[in-house]
Amino acid sequence: MIQPQSVGIVTPQRAVFNEPLPLKCGAVLPAYELVYETYGELNADRSNAVLVCHALSGSHHVAGQYADDPGNIGWWDNLVGPGKPLDTRHFFVIGVNNLGGCFGSTGPASINPATGRRWGADFPFITVEDWVTTQARLADHLGIERFAAVVGGSLGGMQAISWSLQYPERVANVAAIASAPKLTAQNIAFNEVARQAILTDPDFHGGHFYEHGTVPARGLRLARMVGHITYLSDDSLDEKFGRSMRHGKAIYSYDVEFEIESYLRYQGDKFSKVFDANTYLLTTKALDYFDPAFEHDGDLAAAMARCTADFLVVSFSTDWRFSPERSREIVYALLHNRRNVSYAEIESGAGHDAFLLDDAHYHAVLRSYFERMRK
Amino acid sequence: MSPNYRYDYDVIADWIAPGERVLDLGCGDGSLLRRLMNERAVLGWGVENDPANLEACLKNGINVIQVDLEKGLAGFEDGFFDHVIMSLSLQTIHNTQGILDEMLRVAREAVVSFPNFGYRSHRESIGKGRMPVSESLPHQWFNTPNVRFFTIADFEALCASRGIIVRERLAFDDGQRIDRDANLNASMAVYRLGRDAQDSARTS
Repeated sequence: MIQPQSVGIVTPQRAVFNEPLPLKCGAVLPAYELVYETYGELNADRSNAVLVCHALSGSHHVAGQYADDPGNIGWWDNLVGPGKPLDTRHFFVIGVNNLGGCFGSTGPASINPATGRRWGADFPFITVEDWVTTQARLADHLGIERFAAVVGGSLGGMQAISWSLQYPERVANVAAIASAPKLTAQNIAFNEVARQAILTDPDFHGGHFYEHGTVPARGLRLARMVGHITYLSDDSLDEKFGRSMRHGKAIYSYDVEFEIESYLRYQGDKFSKVFDANTYLLTTKALDYFDPAFEHDGDLAAAMARCTADFLVVSFSTDWRFSPERSREIVYALLHNRRNVSYAEIESGAGHDAFLLDDAHYHAVLRSYFERMRK
Repeated sequence: MSPNYRYDYDVIADWIAPGERVLDLGCGDGSLLRRLMNERAVLGWGVENDPANLEACLKNGINVIQVDLEKGLAGFEDGFFDHVIMSLSLQTIHNTQGILDEMLRVAREAVVSFPNFGYRSHRESIGKGRMPVSESLPHQWFNTPNVRFFTIADFEALCASRGIIVRERLAFDDGQRIDRDANLNASMAVYRLGRDAQDSARTS
């Protein structure tokens, strides 16, 4: 059943780009395709477009559901729809599967035209900046000169920030949620553990597992498990699972005993069936590389001097993977440049995952900001 | 006069020059900043820690930054603002000395207004053995957001002991200026505060 404030049945679209794409890593991608979805109507002066950038495991499927797969509801459906905080009666919202992804856009599982075989590990390294470049080309394709807003959480927030740096004249507002101007060593460390889990899986075959008819499911599973722990808070894990045991007492086994073990295994299994290992590797590297201040001797305020967009920055109190402190760095760098910036630090027990959840104050903050944008 | 009319706003607006950078601590729904943006074309940012006020500022198109003022203004640069304002909020903060120091760190001048606990009717109420409830102290003792209760004389003694210079003070009772024995006759006072003579020269 379609919920009353849902965008309803949606259909992904595909855009083909035959213009070569020079990437930050030095490689050039001769051609590529992007899969995207849109919700709402682009207005006559094309001024109401909002781009939603996805995070590590997200996709172009931001809202609504598919006719042939009604259980597959968009990852930010609680935010995007008619009457929802990002109101599709007023905004034309776009979700795009990032280049290198595994939900339809060109990525490691696509055919490399040079070899006629799947790219696998030969797919070039992609950065946040490259994604933004491809998103800008998609905007050109859709006739959108300037976005009313670019919005994203986590890695999606990094893309939104990068938009304001790469195309300052093409974005009026940026909403960077549960994001960071760069990852800390601890954060990169978690990504490295996840990558090593995949790289050392015997089924990975140096990234060319497609040809071996294998999937490095064990590696992906471990990667997702460790990631999942970091997306939740200590308190939320305690609240959800505590020390509850499947058998009520220890049975001295490596099978599931504690409920948290069951949960992690379930999440890991589910993820390893739908996600591409090479995409996971590329995406975590994109996270690690993002650091717009690097070329300014670490001075984020200097890096952000070029942006002109108005900003909304949001963080969550128990998010330790993208902590409020990282969001404040963005806020004060913008303030230094006298930009219009607002910052909300939402009380939440849910950790990093809070940005995907339906919290009344969080959504009221976004709703207020988006409503104001219409005036 | 609207029920929300705040006569300290008139004084504050007079003290702000066009185009200044202004920080309003405890900015509420952003109405003072809105007025300063409209009348003085200031670059303004508000600070709030209350969820409903944050939402109101965002709705009103006011820059608002969520900060717990008890923790100071870490992150805000030294001397970045021309004025930092705290309108009728100083009495709600435990760390009075800390926030005054922080205000004069981030701005060259601070504007502070607060209700005067030494006001005649407040004294009379205490004299009768009850905590005062008035237009300037509208809450009951058990539900007041105020955590510091001080008089004009107390505040000026603190400023003197902390090396804070009172550059200007205007006191009011019911919207009327009070010039004689403000500590007794005024329900509210608005101050312009600075650090030293050098700063003072720059402001004139």
